[in-house]
Amino acid sequence: MKRPFEYIIEKLIFLSGIASIVFVILIFVFLLKEGLSLFGSYNPFAFIFGKNWYPISDPPQFGILPLIVGSLWVTFGAIVIAVPLGIAAAIYVAEVAPHWLRDYLKSGIELLAAIPSIVLGFIGIVTLAPWLKYLFHLPSGLTALAGSIMLAFMAMPTIVSIIEDAIVSVPKSYREGSLALGATHWQTIYRVILPAASSGILAAIMLGIGRVIGETMAVLMITGNAAVMATSILQPVRTLTATVAAEMGEAVAGSGHYYALFAIGIILFIISFIINILADMFMHKK
Amino acid sequence: MNDTLRTEKIAFFCLLIATIVVIIPVALILTIVLVRGLSAFSWEFIFAMPREGMRAGGIFPAIVGTVYLTLGTAVFSIPFGILAAIYLNEYAGRNWLTRTIEIAIINLAGVPSIVYGLFGLGLFVTFLGFGASILAGSLTLAIMTLPVIITATREALSTVPNSFREVSFSLGASRWQTVRNVVLPNAIPGILTGTILGLSRAAGETAPILFTVAAFYLPRLPLSVYDQAMALPYHIYVLSTQVPNVSLKIQYGTVLVLVGMVFLLNIVASVIRSRFRKKKTW
Repeated sequence: MKRPFEYIIEKLIFLSGIASIVFVILIFVFLLKEGLSLFGSYNPFAFIFGKNWYPISDPPQFGILPLIVGSLWVTFGAIVIAVPLGIAAAIYVAEVAPHWLRDYLKSGIELLAAIPSIVLGFIGIVTLAPWLKYLFHLPSGLTALAGSIMLAFMAMPTIVSIIEDAIVSVPKSYREGSLALGATHWQTIYRVILPAASSGILAAIMLGIGRVIGETMAVLMITGNAAVMATSILQPVRTLTATVAAEMGEAVAGSGHYYALFAIGIILFIISFIINILADMFMHKK
Repeated sequence: MNDTLRTEKIAFFCLLIATIVVIIPVALILTIVLVRGLSAFSWEFIFAMPREGMRAGGIFPAIVGTVYLTLGTAVFSIPFGILAAIYLNEYAGRNWLTRTIEIAIINLAGVPSIVYGLFGLGLFVTFLGFGASILAGSLTLAIMTLPVIITATREALSTVPNSFREVSFSLGASRWQTVRNVVLPNAIPGILTGTILGLSRAAGETAPILFTVAAFYLPRLPLSVYDQAMALPYHIYVLSTQVPNVSLKIQYGTVLVLVGMVFLLNIVASVIRSRFRKKKTW
């Protein structure tokens, strides 16, 4: 015999529990609903492999290949910077740093996670871009590289904290066994602890990639916004996310342009879905 | 033997350098924002409307807009987030449904913020007809914040020892009574910490509000939840990329106000966390 209030609240609890599933489905449905309208009049292959993104010319061209290339350049650069630094910083925080320093380092990295991306974009414009321009003698510092550097720092808190967790959760007996055999601390770290934590490290890299590909505002502000096929990381690019953010405001609802931006949303949703499932698989592989 | 020890020294030194490379920019960015932003500060800057195409005056409507949006996000996301976490930690068994919910939460957490913007535009602004409004923006941000709140709350609930629940059951309390009177009170600090951190992220987000609420220039306060509003993150974007010849002073000042608000929430969260960690006796 349950009291009516209890009955209602437990139903609410269940509904809230499954709400996350409903929201994921809703997001996908609404992206599909608007995005698929594009393909009634536009060839999906021309969409993905087309080299020209001219959404407002007549007839419009919605080839997103340059945007994909832009996203790839920025992501590639960011991961090359963030993964080695992130692994090293995580090892230092988890294994090497003296106790008094550990908490400060951790809060420093948490602080980085707290800075909004729009702020990093702004700082990128006023400090990083002029510096890159000077360093590489570029016409403008707003390039894929500027985006990569900023995004590397944005992905850092995710990467460091997940790797650190993975290192800390390596069983103590592994470490003790290695040290007892006469290995030094460093030999223990890279021969025993890192291999044991490898699935956590892979998960961290996947989630880092996910953050970088999905990042929008900082990238929009500092990558130079040119929807061209970039052949170097020192060129301006435009990513998938930045294109949606920059153009949706001007796209007329119900136009091909509007549907094309939603179709980019579908692509982004699918990419993030795959990345997150993969990361979760690595995380639970024990 | 000396060789391996030297290798260790060199390796640890490299790790230290890498850590410094990660940490120094944080300190640098915050110092730059603080020093250059403070020079813009005045009562007028905080409490006045923008003037002369946002090149002068204050940023009051953007501050108010961000406060409204953060409150709106809290109203929609906190109840559902906490109830969902209660379901996962206290009611759900280990079965396919629980696993599906977990995967859904992971995906919600990973969906790019601009995709939330598209979703909000499609569902709240267009389909439900809310228009670009505080209501549509808050709902969009709330769904984005939901996974953060669920994850944090679930973690807080799971640290409450099982013996607490068993004692409550053995005294004849129902599951809900146990949750309400035993589990929740002991998990409140963790829930608060996670919730505030989630809201601080929502306050700084730009992409989800671009098409759902943000007004380019609206030199008055919003009148209802169906009204558009200015917001600090979007205002920074507008000042630094859309309006020519805005003095850097005003830009840095706006950035400092946003960073200040976000950090204030973070500080509150960590004070709560450390306060209650000391009190905890189990």
